[in-house]
Amino acid sequence: IQADGTDGNCVTFVLHDEDHTLGNSLRYMVMKNPEVEFCGYCITHPSESKINFRIQTRGALPAVEPFRKGLNDLMGVCQHVLNTFEVRLFLKSSRAFS
Amino acid sequence: GNYPGYEDAWDQQRFEEGFRVDVIREEEGMLEFDMVGIDAAIANAFRRILLAEVPTMAVEKVFVYNNTSIVQDEILAHRLGLIPIRADPRLFEYRNQGDEEGTEIDTLQFQLKIKCSRNPQAAKESSDPNELYFNHKVYSKHMTWVPLGNQTDLFPDADFRPVHDDILIALLRPGQEIDVLMHCVKGIGKDHAKFSPVATASYRLLPDITLLQPVEDEAAEMLQKCFSPGVIEIQNIKGKKVARVANARLDTFSREVFRHEGLKNLVRLARVRNHYIFSVESTGILPPDVLVSEAIKILMGKCQRFLNELDSVPME
Repeated sequence: IQADGTDGNCVTFVLHDEDHTLGNSLRYMVMKNPEVEFCGYCITHPSESKINFRIQTRGALPAVEPFRKGLNDLMGVCQHVLNTFEVRLFLKSSRAFS
Repeated sequence: GNYPGYEDAWDQQRFEEGFRVDVIREEEGMLEFDMVGIDAAIANAFRRILLAEVPTMAVEKVFVYNNTSIVQDEILAHRLGLIPIRADPRLFEYRNQGDEEGTEIDTLQFQLKIKCSRNPQAAKESSDPNELYFNHKVYSKHMTWVPLGNQTDLFPDADFRPVHDDILIALLRPGQEIDVLMHCVKGIGKDHAKFSPVATASYRLLPDITLLQPVEDEAAEMLQKCFSPGVIEIQNIKGKKVARVANARLDTFSREVFRHEGLKNLVRLARVRNHYIFSVESTGILPPDVLVSEAIKILMGKCQRFLNELDSVPME
């Protein structure tokens, strides 16, 4: 990761070895945050595997915070999806036996 | 949704209440399941990870000791690389960059040694290659596992072989032989498509078909023909035939309705926004439900990696 920005509120993170897979889902989670005024990502060049992820907050919140919160929320979503899926599989396989 | 003007803050509780997973069908190598209450960005992330970032083992380096067949070395190596190998990639590590030799924790060794010879007992006038020659077809079942180092102790019950035994690799004639040694390593689909663990993984949204007005008699019959079989069902209410949407899920969205003037305005075709029907078909290396779990864990791993970096590197 590298960060670049004029003041703490609008920062552009450069994430290496990433593409739309993480970029789009992370952008979705960060946009859900009401403190965020602007959030977007772009792929600088298709031959290089890195994305520019920009967050701009309204007010005095440092931009790192929505980034961290977005990552944590995305982890929470994945964990819940994983749990639900495994429970469903287990129920289906146990129902097949019963 | 995150389009302008639509404010909805993230609420884990509300998400968990609205989210559900239904496993529809689980067959040999194929899994069809529904995810309801999730957004396109995350569903697409899962699909992309299933295709390109779930690791598998595949042949990477082929050491050719003798190849007198008409299949060129590089073509043979390419074909061998594409063969799916039944080996759980979670038991192995990635090979370090620049490491030429390969240790027992990151490499699987296979040998293919086969020679075609003439069958002396064949009939004089026979022209059937199956009778005339021994071993003239090289199948993937001729690949044998050669344990490296302490792999026999690490994997005592394991039986590493290609997933399918009947993949034709090359054809030989008497006097030709193939003698190669293959190294399999762990890789991801992003690097080379041979490492992709799914035959394909796709999703579609649940169709939403609404009839804006009641449709009767011939119009109902024509409407039923416009959609895939099973979508529209005709009921007999008070002697009249009335159409009803029975199972919108089966529709393939051919939009045939809009070609008919009389039926165009009676139907509204849409998609349910957050109901995704996933279909995962595995090549046989790992069962599809394991693949989906691994994909979700990989997405979590990516987030964790950035969280760790954020915490470790001080931001100015």
